[in-house]
Amino acid sequence: MINALGTPQSLLLLGGTSDIALAVARRYAGRGAGLRVVLAARPGERRSAAAAELGALGCAVEEVDLDARDHASHAATVDAAFAGGDVDVAVLAFGLLGDPETDWTDPELALELAEVNFAAPVHLGVLLGNRMRAQAHGRIVALSSVAGERVRRSNFVYGSTKAGFDGFFLGLGEALREHGVHVLVVRPGFVRTKMTEGLSEAPLAVTADDVADAVLAGVQDQRDLVWVPKPMRFVMSGLRHVPRPLFRKLPL
Amino acid sequence: MTVLPAFPTGFDGEGTTPTGPLAAGTAPVPRPRLTEVHGWGRTAPARTRLTPVGSAGDVLAALSAAGDRGVTARGLGRSYGDAAQNTGGVTLDLTTLDQILAVDAASEPATVTVQAGVSLDQLMRALLPFGLWVPVLPGTRQVTVGGAVAADVHGKNHHTQGSFGNHVLSLDLLTPDGEVRTLTPGDDEAGRLFWATVGGMGLTGIILSATVAVQRTETAYFSVDTDRCSDIDDLMAKMSEGDDAYTYSVAWFDAVTRGKHMGRAVLTRGDKTPLADLDAKKRRDPLRFVAPSFGTIPEVFPNRMVNRLTAAAFSEFWYRKAPAHRTGELQNITQFFHPLDIVSEWNRVYGSHGFLQYQFVVPFTEAEAFRRCFEMIVTSGHLSCLNVLKRFGPGNAAPLSFPMPGWTLTVDLPIEPGLDRLCDALDQEVIGAGGRVYLAKDSRLGAETFRAMYPRLDDFLAVRRDVDPAGVLSSDLARRLHL
Repeated sequence: MINALGTPQSLLLLGGTSDIALAVARRYAGRGAGLRVVLAARPGERRSAAAAELGALGCAVEEVDLDARDHASHAATVDAAFAGGDVDVAVLAFGLLGDPETDWTDPELALELAEVNFAAPVHLGVLLGNRMRAQAHGRIVALSSVAGERVRRSNFVYGSTKAGFDGFFLGLGEALREHGVHVLVVRPGFVRTKMTEGLSEAPLAVTADDVADAVLAGVQDQRDLVWVPKPMRFVMSGLRHVPRPLFRKLPL
Repeated sequence: MTVLPAFPTGFDGEGTTPTGPLAAGTAPVPRPRLTEVHGWGRTAPARTRLTPVGSAGDVLAALSAAGDRGVTARGLGRSYGDAAQNTGGVTLDLTTLDQILAVDAASEPATVTVQAGVSLDQLMRALLPFGLWVPVLPGTRQVTVGGAVAADVHGKNHHTQGSFGNHVLSLDLLTPDGEVRTLTPGDDEAGRLFWATVGGMGLTGIILSATVAVQRTETAYFSVDTDRCSDIDDLMAKMSEGDDAYTYSVAWFDAVTRGKHMGRAVLTRGDKTPLADLDAKKRRDPLRFVAPSFGTIPEVFPNRMVNRLTAAAFSEFWYRKAPAHRTGELQNITQFFHPLDIVSEWNRVYGSHGFLQYQFVVPFTEAEAFRRCFEMIVTSGHLSCLNVLKRFGPGNAAPLSFPMPGWTLTVDLPIEPGLDRLCDALDQEVIGAGGRVYLAKDSRLGAETFRAMYPRLDDFLAVRRDVDPAGVLSSDLARRLHL
């Protein structure tokens, strides 16, 4: 259960080795001993290291296999996560950035991005929604991106998957509202993580910890949508309405 | 032991197929239109199937139709946290089980037998004409007898009379196997279940009725001595020296003022007034139930209504309005016991974020730890107006009962950022001192911290596993504390 002070007892990280997911887990772990964390990710060194780190912070860690492209395995992943009791907060944090210019020319890579960034989250989102509807409480945190708010030429395969992802989880939030379940869509700008390593930094760049802070505040206040950093909302709502011929000429 | 007839079907009118008490694990059908309920602190509300029950048969039907989210009982909702709510499951509303079944004023002790949903307010009104008095009264009369047993409530006479469970002679408990067990305190198996039910937060069965030993009184008035204490040391000294001379003792203290008047307090102690001490006018109707109510607080208060300014003003007023020293003042029931019952729904003053009540006890030998906790609260920046300090007498045999001999302190804290850090730090100090936090007030403990506070937890869990192996009885509190 989420207690009177907004602290969850159990946390499910889908994409359990992502920098942002782990930053969220560290924040919650610091708010009281005994947090149950389910790390759903591909087995391997990175998952083991994440489990060891959270264990050292006093969490009871469970490791569950997650393969985003193997849709047939998703139900078992979600079942395993709920086997130990209610899941209070679930974070969908996996995704691929890809290489923009290869993605739109290689059909296999484009399909992989669409599957990992959109089809798998939709499938898992429905599975999670069903479980949380049955327990009549819970929060789903969906890590979207400002890239989905206005899809740009420079990374439109990635951007379009995030646009679909974003729309699905905003809608899921509306559908689950009457069942006591809340969905928080988080739209970070450029986040300095291992996913963006080596890329040139965009303006208003943030860290995984900044995103984690926004996630905790958004969960506590039962918000539907947060931008990180907050001013990104105004930047993007401006860009969204720029006419296409002009938008084409912007250095984005 | 009575065995009720076979499970009625479709009791909730929603076409539920009863699955039997042991059939947990079947997939629940999610139902929209769940009712939202919350505890008195208005935090962490639950969406639950709130089901009124009018008879033991209704309770049995609900237990037998429980899905895998289980069933819990709810009375008047005065527990501050999540004890009487069951998110996604069934919450039984027992307030309609409100019959006073028997009053035996001739026996020694006098006894009363009531259904679980009878409130202490209702009980007092019924008993006073017989010259009988409810032995243990918490800070509100708006609690049910079932709730008073399940939380093993205490009053300002704990140091002389113990808690509510100490006065219960027998209980009728409907257990998940469909049996109604009549339990009495003792060392046998029924006695173990009795004591697990006392303070057991509704997790051993649904209490249907109780027989309680009650006290005799000549009047409905109290002779009260009031003392203002200049600081925490003065208060603790006065209580240590004088409490045992009074049946009732409680102190309100100022949790806002720092410096040399930190812990200034108003100590009130008293006894039931004998008939001979009433004036001629009151003597004509000495057992009159005087407990006025002045209306209901509307739901208009913003958050942060309790701020440094209002809290300081309230604390100053509350301290100044008390006489420095007065003896033998005659007070009525509301004045002495339940000043907060004058207005209904006073919890709305805290706004939509709600508040939590933190009540802990530490043994008398840990007075230093007690003082450290006290200082942590006063210097934390979190503001509390309704602050109570008391001395407890001996505890009882119930493994989850809260009181133990020692100092107990209660503060009402509005939900604000950083409150988790204060409460966590207090928990650690309390555990270090061998003390504990009160479950009827709690809304935030974690399972591990709770275990460290209640060393007899395993005794409780052993009884609970025997009586409810499938976990049909559940609640948000049970899930939170892994009970």
